[in-house]
Amino acid sequence: MKKFLLAVLVDNKPGVLTHVAGLISRRAFNIESISAGYTEEPSVTRINIVVSVESENELDQVVNQLGKLIDVIKIVNLSKAPSIERELVMIKVKASKETRADLVSIVDIFRAKIVDVTSENVIIELTGNQQKIDAICEVLSDYEIVEIARTGAIALSRGPIPVKKM
Amino acid sequence: MKMNGAQALLECLKNEGVELVFGYPGGVVLKLYDEIYKMKFPNILTGHEQGAVHAADGYARATGKVGVVIATSGPGAANLITGIATANMDSVPLVCITGQVASPAIGKDSFQEVDVCGITAPITKHNYLVKNVEELPRVVKEAFFIARTGRPAPVCIDIAANVFNSEIDFEYPEKINLRGYTGENPCDEKAVDEVVAAIEKADFPLIFVGGGVIISETSNIVREILNRLQCPCTSTLMGLGSIEADREGYLGFAGMHGSYGANMAIQNCDLLICIGMRFSDRVTGKVAEFAPNAKIVHFEIDPAEINKNVQVDIKVLGDLKNSLPLLRDKLNAAETDFAKKFNSWLNYSIEIGNKHLFGYKTEGDEIKPGALISKISDICDENTIVVTDVGQHQMWTAQFFNVKGPRQFLTSGGLGTMGFGLPAAMGAKLACPDKNVVLITGDGSIMMNIQELATLADNNIDIKIVIVHNFILGMVGQWQRLFYNHHYSASELNLKRDFIKISEAMGLRGYRLTKAAELETELPEILFSKGAAVIDVYVPQEENVLPMVPGGKRLDQMVLS
Ligand SMILES: Cc1ncc(C[n+]2csc(CCOP(=O)(O)OP(=O)(O)O)c2C)c(N)n1
Ligand SMILES: [Mg+2]
Repeated sequence: MKKFLLAVLVDNKPGVLTHVAGLISRRAFNIESISAGYTEEPSVTRINIVVSVESENELDQVVNQLGKLIDVIKIVNLSKAPSIERELVMIKVKASKETRADLVSIVDIFRAKIVDVTSENVIIELTGNQQKIDAICEVLSDYEIVEIARTGAIALSRGPIPVKKM
Repeated sequence: MKMNGAQALLECLKNEGVELVFGYPGGVVLKLYDEIYKMKFPNILTGHEQGAVHAADGYARATGKVGVVIATSGPGAANLITGIATANMDSVPLVCITGQVASPAIGKDSFQEVDVCGITAPITKHNYLVKNVEELPRVVKEAFFIARTGRPAPVCIDIAANVFNSEIDFEYPEKINLRGYTGENPCDEKAVDEVVAAIEKADFPLIFVGGGVIISETSNIVREILNRLQCPCTSTLMGLGSIEADREGYLGFAGMHGSYGANMAIQNCDLLICIGMRFSDRVTGKVAEFAPNAKIVHFEIDPAEINKNVQVDIKVLGDLKNSLPLLRDKLNAAETDFAKKFNSWLNYSIEIGNKHLFGYKTEGDEIKPGALISKISDICDENTIVVTDVGQHQMWTAQFFNVKGPRQFLTSGGLGTMGFGLPAAMGAKLACPDKNVVLITGDGSIMMNIQELATLADNNIDIKIVIVHNFILGMVGQWQRLFYNHHYSASELNLKRDFIKISEAMGLRGYRLTKAAELETELPEILFSKGAAVIDVYVPQEENVLPMVPGGKRLDQMVLS
């Protein structure tokens, strides 16, 4: 299985997410993550999809099927272009007096941040690529993780040309 | 001009050239139906919303125009689903208008509320929920454009009840502004050059046409290409009619119940030129060993069809209307004497096909389904549209009815929807009043939308309905005989249903044929008579549709008898 990050520009209209989600389920595509948000143009939403496929052929299918949706304006495979990929995670971990120091040093090593502290737990925030986020989750699993929230990956192409002009 | 939303919708339909809609009223579309009444807009009231949507589908298949159906919210809309899915699978342009509960009531599980956009997303090309009357003209304009251009398909417009009552200063937009869809499908000329080169190199080329040829109205060009190449040709079930059945070198249709000749030619050819088809599992047999010796060319409008089921060697994207004339012109300009070059292969393919033509054994005075369909085929002229339901009778019709031209054979191919036939035939007749429409249905299928017999009677719609009455869900029975130890589980129909009485009760004439001789003495007269009639034809229960490529087998591993 190979993963690819697709930047999908769509019309910012009601029903768009239903169409994208409906297609993914109908075609039984493997989606690792999906996230959507506003862009520099109010009428355009950017959906970031990480797909996991067996072959180039399957990847073409995903792109061509998505391309058929009327409200899809543009699809660019950012994994095939020079690009910067990021994901944000927040992890709530049980933190006692004994473990707190350990947690702080892990946070330092990963250049993460502690964004909330209570007497029982801490919330750690980290931005990075998927491997880095997987790695911190792995290390923290030695402690008691209460919950994790991840955004899914987003990406921008490097250089002056935006996805809409690619 | 100032008007309400209901009037505006009807104005939009007029602007799109809609002459007729199929629909069924209910709470949230009462305002719309009131305007239909006042405007005298032609609406065919069917017996069931499923009937309405299949009728709109038949209307569209027979003409290429967009079929329009109207249903109320909730159960009305839900009753459309099978019909929308049927049309979607066979790329039929429909605009389905459903009423929705009023905007403030949406999402509250209101009376007769169902999420139409959610349910129809996977079975439409696009759908809309209209909550403000201002959006309505633009949405309708877009919906028709999307349904009819590119690869056609159904589009749903779900309209909140308040929209019909709201006032609008109506103006129909002239332009369409869709950033993600142009509806244009130019073709790559270089790819066509590659195809020409491949044909020049080939020794055993085969042309394989699908429903795309009918949809794109390029059947004439295909025939011109065939005239030039003089190579054998075949079609899918959906492509029936794009090549005239009596053309020399036409091997019959291919696939699970296709002809021996066509299937063998696919396995033997060295160049398979596929035009407007999508390599359905019914057509490929064991897909890994489909056309093993061939370089495969795919002419196709939909990029997502390329390499979906079968890996192709040359793809020619674009509307067949753009690509096929190019191919024809380039072939005409080529110096090769194709006819001479392919002659022995042509004769060989015909000879192989002749070894096992579609056939049936006559026994006593029983009516064999093959004999029945052959007879109907003989009686009917080119001005006939034949419509089928789903099952053995559908395959027998495909095998024994000589379809001469495009849009003369209407069938639910992709979804295989029993109950499609009667309403679709009705829609076809309304679309083409000057054509004769014959429905070939089964004793199972006819029951699935039998209420539409009353619609025929009420509206004086003159179609002939032939029930191939084998007292069984025949296609199910065939599989049970072959693969399930002859266990007729839930497939026998030897009940006391009397189709003559049903027909008469619904306001139609009914006839019964039980002896082979009656195909000569009775059938022609009934078929030529005026007014709708049901012809209940008793046939033996245990006939198989043959040949057959069993599931998972190669096309050349057909069961022949
Ligand atoms: C709506 C629907 N339900 C079930 C099926 C499965 N099915 C396919 S063919 C068939 C039997 C059709 O019986 P009949 O209409 O009598 O035709 P015959 O095969 O006997 O000619 C059935 C049940 C179907 N295609 N469509
Ligand atoms: Mg039957």
